[in-house]
Amino acid sequence: MEIVYALAIGVLTASGVWLLLRPRTFQVLMGLSLLSYATNIFIFGMGRLVMYRPPIIEEAGATDPSLYADPVPQALVLTAIVIGFATTALTLVVLLALRGLTGTDHVDGREPES
Amino acid sequence: MSGLLHHLPVMPIVVPLLAGALMLFLSEARRAARATIALTSMVVQLAVGGALLYLASDAAPHVWSEGIGVYRIGNWPSPFGIVLVVDRLSALMVTLGASLGFCVLVYTIARWDRPGQPFHSLLQFLMMGLNGAFLTGDLFNLFVFFEVLLAASYGLVLRGTGATRVKEGLHYIVVNLVASFMFLIGVSMVYGIAGTLNMAELTGRVAALSPADRALFDVGGAILGIAFLVKAGSWPLNLWLPGTYSVALAPIAASFAMLTKVGVYAVLRVGTLMSHDQAAASLLGPALFYIGLATLVAGTIGMLSALHLARLVSHSLIVSTGIMLAALGLGIESLTPPVLFYLIVSVLTSGAFFLLTGMTERTRARDSAIATAMHDEPRETPALPYYVAFGVREPDPYGTDEEVGVAIPAAMAFLGLMFVCCVLLVTGLPPLPGFVAKFTLLSTAIGEAAAAGMTKPVWVLTAAVLATGLAGAIALTRIGMSLFWTVTERTTPRLHVLEAAPVALLVLVCLTLGAAAGPVMGYLESTARSLHDPQTYIRTVLAAEAQLAEAHGASP
Repeated sequence: MEIVYALAIGVLTASGVWLLLRPRTFQVLMGLSLLSYATNIFIFGMGRLVMYRPPIIEEAGATDPSLYADPVPQALVLTAIVIGFATTALTLVVLLALRGLTGTDHVDGREPES
Repeated sequence: MSGLLHHLPVMPIVVPLLAGALMLFLSEARRAARATIALTSMVVQLAVGGALLYLASDAAPHVWSEGIGVYRIGNWPSPFGIVLVVDRLSALMVTLGASLGFCVLVYTIARWDRPGQPFHSLLQFLMMGLNGAFLTGDLFNLFVFFEVLLAASYGLVLRGTGATRVKEGLHYIVVNLVASFMFLIGVSMVYGIAGTLNMAELTGRVAALSPADRALFDVGGAILGIAFLVKAGSWPLNLWLPGTYSVALAPIAASFAMLTKVGVYAVLRVGTLMSHDQAAASLLGPALFYIGLATLVAGTIGMLSALHLARLVSHSLIVSTGIMLAALGLGIESLTPPVLFYLIVSVLTSGAFFLLTGMTERTRARDSAIATAMHDEPRETPALPYYVAFGVREPDPYGTDEEVGVAIPAAMAFLGLMFVCCVLLVTGLPPLPGFVAKFTLLSTAIGEAAAAGMTKPVWVLTAAVLATGLAGAIALTRIGMSLFWTVTERTTPRLHVLEAAPVALLVLVCLTLGAAAGPVMGYLESTARSLHDPQTYIRTVLAAEAQLAEAHGASP
């Protein structure tokens, strides 16, 4: 499972970085989204990959920590998703405004002279 | 009373949050009400900052033993819950931010808060993010508060629309988003390896790591460092900074003067806590010195090449970041107080300078040939159909000169005087405190160089700092001449007293700092001592847990 997980993060990051370096604003936005997915999955993975272990300790059950998943990265990833989502949405608005104001979707607001 | 004192550390976060949220409910027309709320909130923050400053000094040991206040949010025990920690550095930064915020707010009340958009709320949220970042005791909340202040700054930088501003705003947002992702990756790596995000607890955990884990931890730390350096505006991660800051409206750019210092603060805070254990590959190492030096050089070149005052001031911000990072990178502990003094002066000066640019812009006849030539980028002609489609029109970026209310006499003389003061402060020429800051910095560095085995880097830094002062003086003199002397069809602006007063106030505060350099340095020296000996910090933060456990034991 680890290798698949790591590959997924790697592919998402690589695609994200490549798209981020493209000249069109929509590609940049997609790149940002992919990067944020990669980051979120990475944070989740930092709590170690375990199966069939809940992150919430039941009051009645045993309190052996090895029976439970680490809840902190899950809480962190939730915060990170919310923040990343909101800022990406804001980027989308700015992207549309730039398109509206300049009439081009190039990140510099003008087509390169060629 | 003690209850209120106990809740003091959380006030700088809660007050602007409530004020900002409250103002969103007021209609556009109620300008006076919104201005009152905003001003009240800012004054409260300033007062709380002052109180924290007083409590964090050892003046009131009965409130906070050893001058460090720990506030547990929700009263969870310390390493598990979220803590706010106030020490001298935090209190200092909060007060500094509130002072600058207050001046910016007064300045904006004159004319800048008119068109649409919840300007006052955004400014309050920016303050909330700043204060939170300075007060938080754990890494993840540092990230959260960074995001709060960045989100507010995105809104602020786009204020006033216009194609150039939106373009630079987009660049700013994208760069900072990527930096935020880096921050998250760094934070999660640190958590994955050390198992805690509480900065005080982290320090102890690092020492106990195995070498393999240690390497991974250092990678996480390095990624965090990159995120901090992007915020601080260090070369080569600062190419977004001059463009964004120079197109933002003057008061907004002024409030951003504090933003780069958050990065420096984070480097200093995390760096000192991590490097406390001597085995640590310190964030405050030689690499930081070279990065700082490169930033310094890049900023100097930028200053010389800038044709526009706002752009020049943005580059001077980069230079100040460079000086601070390079000085911290030398790893000489006694350099921290002068660096902090320089930081204070630099924040106040660049704030005043950015505010000043908003006024000098108006002295130039807007359609004169010189005015056009002075802009680094030619004004774009708006593509009208798109404007219509979006229902926006490009507002006059400098506001109108009508309806200014009480104007001050001798506007040009005032502008000239303030300009000269700002130039002296930025370039560090005597007799103003910019000189005091640079002089103490360099003299301490030279004095300690031999002992620290850093003779060569120190001389390089000395040469670079002196050269950048000279270059700055040349560049600013050139801009000053074209601003005040060579423009023939200049219109003398009517300056509102509310615009003039904040600039004068900032410069006056700087002058006072210079006059009271002795006591201020005394405070900064104890700040540096507690920074470089974080045992007290760690003990106090973690002791909060023990106290709570006792309390629970007593009343189950």
